[in-house]
This record gives sequence, C-alpha cells and structure tokens, in this order.
Amino acid sequence: MTRRVELIVIGGSAGAIEVLRDVLRGLPRTFGPAVAIVIHVPAEGPNLLLEVLNTPDGPPMKLAEDKEPIVPGTIYLAVPDYHLLVESGRTFALSLDERVHFSRPAIDVLFETAAEAYGENLMGIVLSGANADGAAGLEAIANRGGITVVQSLESADMIAMPAAALEAAPESVELNVPGLADMLRAHGDVNDR
Amino acid sequence: MADVNLEIRLLLEAIFDRYHYDFREYAQASLKRRLEQARDKLGVTTLSGLQERVLHEPEAFATLLQYLTVQVSDMFRDPEFFLALRRQVLPILATYPSVKIWCAGCAGGEEAYSLAILLHEEGLLDRSIIYATDINSQALREATAGVYAIDRLRGFTENHRRSGGAGSLSDYYHASGGSAIIDAELRRKVTFSDHSLATDHVFSEVHLVTCRNTLIYFDHTLQTRALRLFAESLVPRGFLGLGSKESLRFSPAAEFFSDFAMPERLYRKKALP
Repeated sequence: MTRRVELIVIGGSAGAIEVLRDVLRGLPRTFGPAVAIVIHVPAEGPNLLLEVLNTPDGPPMKLAEDKEPIVPGTIYLAVPDYHLLVESGRTFALSLDERVHFSRPAIDVLFETAAEAYGENLMGIVLSGANADGAAGLEAIANRGGITVVQSLESADMIAMPAAALEAAPESVELNVPGLADMLRAHGDVNDR
Repeated sequence: MADVNLEIRLLLEAIFDRYHYDFREYAQASLKRRLEQARDKLGVTTLSGLQERVLHEPEAFATLLQYLTVQVSDMFRDPEFFLALRRQVLPILATYPSVKIWCAGCAGGEEAYSLAILLHEEGLLDRSIIYATDINSQALREATAGVYAIDRLRGFTENHRRSGGAGSLSDYYHASGGSAIIDAELRRKVTFSDHSLATDHVFSEVHLVTCRNTLIYFDHTLQTRALRLFAESLVPRGFLGLGSKESLRFSPAAEFFSDFAMPERLYRKKALP
C-alpha cells in the first residue's frame, strides 16, 4: 500500500444499504480516511439512512453540510434531494442542479468532483444498483490515478450499476462483501502508517 | 488538468469585464459542471472556445447565463419553512406599521409569490412590500409575468396545504390554456428587480430576508459578502430565512445572527452589532 487513501467515496442504489451496513460495521473508531456516501433514496420522506447505517462503535457519522470541511476519520452521508460535491479546498458543497441519471444526489457528481480534489489519494467504490450512475465517476477517479473498486457482480443484488462501472473502469478491483470490509480496514487503520 | 482551472478563471474574468456579471466567487465544483454543460450545448470543445464565442456573440452569452444562473424553485418549497414563518415570524412582523421583505435570488418568482400569499392569508399584505431580486433578467421577466405551467400546480397546492394554508391556492391564480397565471393584485405587491449579491449594495431596510438555495452556489467569500449585505439590510431583530440545507455554521457572518427556528433555518439579526 504505497498510496495514502485520504477520502473514500462510495455509491450505491438498490441493494446497497445492507452491503454498506455490513462494510461500515467493520470499521474501527480510529479509521483514518474520510468517507463520503451517496445512496439513491427518495427525495421526500424522513431520512433514515443515518439511523440505519450508524455504528455506535465505529467512526463518527453525519450528514454532509454545505461548506463543511472534510475531516479525516469521519463518515459523511449525502442528504436527499441535493447533489453532494467536493471542492478543491476539501470542503463539501451542495447543489440543486439537474438530476443526473434521474438521481439527486448522483454518484457521478460526487465521484467526479472528489477525483479533482483528491486525485490519487481517492478510492471510489460502486455497490449494487439498478442504473448506470457511478460509472462515469469511477472512470474519472481511475483517470486521476485513484483506486477503483466495484462490488463483485455475483455478490450484488442488482448488477447494472457495478457492471456499468466495471465497463467504464475495467482495472477496478472486484470484491464481495467480506472482501470490501477487509480491504477498507486494510486501507484505513491509522496505526499502520 | 490545471489548464481547465486556468481556462475557467480567464473565462470568468472575461465575462466580468465584458458583461459585468461576476461569477468569480461562485463555488467552483458546480460552476465547472455548469460551464461544461454550456460548452457542450454551444458545440465548442474547450472552455477557451466557449470564451471566444461568449466574447463575440452576446446571444451565446445569454445562453451561457441561463446555465450559470438557472435555479428551479417551487411555490411553498419546504412547506415547514413557510409554516414556521406563518406561526412564528409573521406575528412578530405584524407589530410593525409596515413590513418590507427582500426575497434574494428569486429566480422565477415562485418564492416571492408564496410570500405574498402567506402575507395575504395572515392579513398583512396590504401594508407589506416584497422586493424580489435576481441577476437573471430572463428569470425576472418570467417572474414578473407570474405564469407557471399548470402541471406544476398540483405540487404547489400540496406544499401550500402543508404550509398551513387555510384557503385554496386556486384563489390566487387563474388557469388559461396550459398555464396558471398569478392574480394581478398579487403581482402588483411584488417588485422584481435586478440586483447582484456579488456586486451590488443594500437598497432598502427590510424586516425579513429570504435567500434560499442561492448561497450554496457561492464560495466562502461571496457567501460571507451576501450574509453581511443581509445583516446591513435588516432592521435590528429582523429575520433571515435560508434554504433547508444551508446554515451559518461555517461562515464568519454568523456573528451577526442568532438562531431562531433551526430545522427551518430561520435566523434573527442580533440587536447590536
């Protein structure tokens, strides 16, 4: 592991929430990188993601706010109905710009802007989902020298999203759920540095 | 890759010099996406190419401007915001002999008319003035006309009901063809005008400023400028309403305001500076 991963961006849709829960549950409180997550959820209705994903023994988790500095070791969730973007000064920004792949927040928007801000210090992960959002974003991360990962097709509830991502970024590592959890832990323990 | 950022900087300087629109302190990430969309729409391959088009063809700039400023809103967007205004803010504003409201970044006028309806329902409209400002002259023309596609009205009506509206939203517009036209009386109560939060100054003393989902497009510096402008414009103890995902948390201008109703993002100007 020669590259230091400073931000991990994760995107998913249908079938991704349970995967995320399993993966995040394995993270230690001392996890090093920041994590930013876009999951397609309905614009209306209460945002239960924070409740569903929160792990009391894991890293702190919160909803990402506009202009908020990205703090290492914190897990950020995109709020419904706004795109989540990363600025070059490593702060978050929100926007109400048009939907991308019928989605807001869109995975591509987070991934592409994070790729610009973090370059090779970025890891992108595309999980289960039913459309192609995330593919262009993962390609952007690969083009900037970041690490790209997709959930293995045989472990995904919905293969359209990881399959499209794999086609766009063919060098991506394919991992099943336990594999994703192990890989994250390996990249994220601050004590290893 | 650094070249793209250079191209953006040059393009924004050119726009400012030539057309006096100042996007130089807009939040970069979303601005860049919008510029790239406009570039593709105008059929050029680079942002330098876009700059050439924009400098030589005012019509190309008009197209670009729509990409840079278009902001969609709905009437009574975030009904809980309007409910909090109705229940908690308007009773206080009612104690003033007259009420002035500034709706900053009004886009197509949806929010300004929502405020007018709210004031009417609470019996304050007759002694109120609403200023609604934006930098997009096309949006201002549309806002002044007060014409909305009829298929948007179902959502507007539901929002209005959830904002505590006792009457029917249809009391405030009439349908014509595929459009809903805001009643003339209501339109007369809103003054739409061109004003830039980036380059213009305070124009009136007001009791309430609403600026919702505009500050997210500004960088830290410009956001602070706008918030200072609002603070200068407000009477002591006046109110500021932001978008549901905006806050003063990361801004030095927070010192001018105290929290008033937090999930609804309503702030109150402190009595003393």
